[in-house]
Amino acid sequence: MKLLRMKPGHGEIVLAEGDVEVPEQELELIEAFRRELDAGMWAAVPTETSGGRREAELVKSFGEVPRDAERVIFFPRAAGGEPAAATL
Amino acid sequence: MGLALGTAAVVLVVLLWELARPTLKRTLARVHELWAAHARGGAPTGYDPGRERRAEQRARSLLRSCVSDRDWAMYRDLGFLRVWGGLGGHGRGADASYAYLIYPHKPIVAYVPDTGELLNEYCVAFPDHSKPFGSARLPDSDDVLAKWMALTADERRLVGEANMHLPGRQVDPDRVRRDLVRLRRWERESLPLQRAGDSVRAA
Repeated sequence: MKLLRMKPGHGEIVLAEGDVEVPEQELELIEAFRRELDAGMWAAVPTETSGGRREAELVKSFGEVPRDAERVIFFPRAAGGEPAAATL
Repeated sequence: MGLALGTAAVVLVVLLWELARPTLKRTLARVHELWAAHARGGAPTGYDPGRERRAEQRARSLLRSCVSDRDWAMYRDLGFLRVWGGLGGHGRGADASYAYLIYPHKPIVAYVPDTGELLNEYCVAFPDHSKPFGSARLPDSDDVLAKWMALTADERRLVGEANMHLPGRQVDPDRVRRDLVRLRRWERESLPLQRAGDSVRAA
């Protein structure tokens, strides 16, 4: 499993990577996961339904992450955007 | 003779000092800025013109790996993504009573697919206050992916966090209507190609 984080000016970076079945590696993943949530990030797991539709699942703890998930993507939490003067 | 040489040497030193002083001051100021940035734990301050481009390339790869091939092709060809609404009781999919258009760094636009009527703008951002390279703004494709993930995972929550406005507040309604026409045309043209591709893969 990989923990990725979106970053301005860079794209995603790998925060941690490991096998959840290996206790030491799972511990590292859990610690990295907590750090990001404590920093105010949202965590999403990209998924695919049985019908083949792609979507995502927001998770609030490492326990909610499916064990077979390949990656968790962290991104800054949503905030109401600033009104802009000009239109697109 | 000695006095003349000494005087000339002093004058020379003073002249060189006067010439070098502005450069020296600028250099010292620059060193001071770099040192202050380093002390703050800030990122390198040098401007790298390729950084944003590389960041966007990474973001596009990540987006491509998360959405379906069809959605990726839509974004690549049209510059926006459509996400079906899931709160209308018809389920998420082509039968949904409303849908969203996701533009990079612009509000999400809700509309009625059957009529093309524009419903609302949802102004939402994902600012990274750590500003790793001096900016809180994600690359374009990361912004689109963040909106896509948040919408498909928890539409109600994202809509709740956004500032809702009537259409036309930030996104030109005429442009959205043109984009909807482009989307319909793109779907007409890409569907046969996609079916042919699926047949080839199945065979």
